[in-house]
Amino acid sequence: MKLWIPFAIAAAVLMAVAMVIMPHWDLPPQTVTQIGYRGTGMYDIKDQEDEAVLVKANVVPGVPYEPDPEGQKAGDVYENVQVLGHLSEDEFNQLMMAITQWTTPDNDCNYCHDPENLASDAVYTKVVSRRMLQMTQAINADWKTHVAETGVTCYTCHRGQNIPPETWSTDLGPKMAGYLGYRADQNIVAETAGHTALPNGGFDNYLLGDKSLLVHSKSALPNGSNKTDLTDAERTFGLMIHMSEGLGVGCITCHNTRAFDNWDESPPQRVTAWHGIRLTRALNNDYMAPMTPVMPANRVGPEGDILKVDCATCHNGVQKPLYGAPMVQDYLKGLGTKTFTGVPDFTTWKEGETERLLPMEEDKTSDAGTAATSAQLAVN
Amino acid sequence: MIGGDLFDFWVGPFYVGFFGVTTAFFTILGTALILYGAALGPTWNIWRISIAPPDLSYGLALAPLAKGGLWQIITICALGAFVSWALREVEICRKLGIGYHVPFAFGVAIFAYFTLVVIRPVLLGAWGHGFPYGIFSHLDWVSNVGYQYLHFHYNPAHMLAITFFFTTCLALAMHGGLILSASNPGRSRKDPKVRGSVKVADYEDTFFRDAVGYSIGALGIHRLGLLLAINAGFWSAVCIVISGPLWTKGWPQWWNWWLDLPFWS
Repeated sequence: MKLWIPFAIAAAVLMAVAMVIMPHWDLPPQTVTQIGYRGTGMYDIKDQEDEAVLVKANVVPGVPYEPDPEGQKAGDVYENVQVLGHLSEDEFNQLMMAITQWTTPDNDCNYCHDPENLASDAVYTKVVSRRMLQMTQAINADWKTHVAETGVTCYTCHRGQNIPPETWSTDLGPKMAGYLGYRADQNIVAETAGHTALPNGGFDNYLLGDKSLLVHSKSALPNGSNKTDLTDAERTFGLMIHMSEGLGVGCITCHNTRAFDNWDESPPQRVTAWHGIRLTRALNNDYMAPMTPVMPANRVGPEGDILKVDCATCHNGVQKPLYGAPMVQDYLKGLGTKTFTGVPDFTTWKEGETERLLPMEEDKTSDAGTAATSAQLAVN
Repeated sequence: MIGGDLFDFWVGPFYVGFFGVTTAFFTILGTALILYGAALGPTWNIWRISIAPPDLSYGLALAPLAKGGLWQIITICALGAFVSWALREVEICRKLGIGYHVPFAFGVAIFAYFTLVVIRPVLLGAWGHGFPYGIFSHLDWVSNVGYQYLHFHYNPAHMLAITFFFTTCLALAMHGGLILSASNPGRSRKDPKVRGSVKVADYEDTFFRDAVGYSIGALGIHRLGLLLAINAGFWSAVCIVISGPLWTKGWPQWWNWWLDLPFWS
């Protein structure tokens, strides 16, 4: 008897049943938003149940209490306050309380501070937090092209966790066996490209490096002017899939896909997204990467690089993080403007030893160095 | 089919019948409305003429003619013409006493169109989800609707549909080649001045038995061809009707169930 026939039928039936039962299907009704002219197919479709879950997960935590703006400055009351010294003592303590709630609600002050000496810089989380405060200020002050008046706080990324739930580090994937095994970073499950088989290296190229995303040919037929190749196009596609999933949108939120490169036909959101790519790149280069030396082994990726920022880090699956709640408005004095931009040399930091991690000498003369880099990137 | 012998005559070689008249009615009306829509539009460039469906804000209601109402009436005309044509084929089949295979197969194509412009829009709650009637514009619609799901090649039903389309081509090419090779064999190999003799079906079977160990046979190849082609159209309809009504995320994410299977996750 031909045994393979019943086995093949059983396998096919099992597969078909699995395909119907296993996926997380979205049943109608859906919420649909028309983006483009009628008939262009530019409709953003969202599942109502999934959306309700997201709304629940994106509630802004309340202000701990209303602080008193009067009184002595924090910089005069406490030692070694480099960034937030301009706040009143009460405002300073209120912000410290909020930061604890946002980033380490299961711990207390001691997650970042040495309880014997709160001013000490000997705990790595303290020097990282200080740099992150500078980063938050810089985003709110210099990157209004992307964050507008909505702004960001620690909570935008941290969501009550020590490490923001969405981060990335370099992932080289399974080792390639010379040219025989060359796979152009692709054909594995790309965590950074929405679980597609597209290349996994998009983040290193575009969110850390400044490789151009422009792969579109400007002529109908090849004339040698487009130097990019198919792998570049696929890497770009991978990054775009990450952006889309990070924001919970489809390609059409920023593009009329009949001409991806054409700005005239693109929805205005593409401009915001363009600045977002530059913002992410600046954050990884100016803030994250230099802090690598202070990070313990459990805070870096498999290749030893620091955990970095991508679109999902702030957005967490929502087009406007926290549904556009202007959370920073409650903390404008502490997080809304740049106060102190000095950058320390993180390689000099020693765990349990460094009492004061002060900015590098050259930064005292050009303390807007970071801002200049960011501004320059914004122009480019 | 509806009794009597209404319009039971031929015009030249063409059988008319009741459904021939309804076909002509819907076709002429629909085409005239397309011309009217083109006249209202910004261009007479044949590639760029487009009759767009209404804005989503009209929901499942009727829209003013110039704002998608034309699309709605043209859709009714198109469905009327397609279904009339299928029923005219049924009438001819009945007269000839043959099976309904041809109208059934055409019915699958109509079903695919019906899915695109009626079933899916109704499930999503607005006629605006239909595709625009224009040579370029309907391609742009396909592009945008596909990219809403990030990478349409990950749509499992799209995978099946493409596979059936390609396999249809493969089967047709092999079948066409085989029939030509037997019925039009060219010059005789023994004497190039003489035409080779036409071979019978056993030669066709023997070719594939020798080549791949199996011949599906003269009747079987046509059953297979019909099955492949019908499935191509059917799964096309499935792949678009699940995009939106049953799936709103990127299609690559659909495969998470596979990645999450306990064997390797």
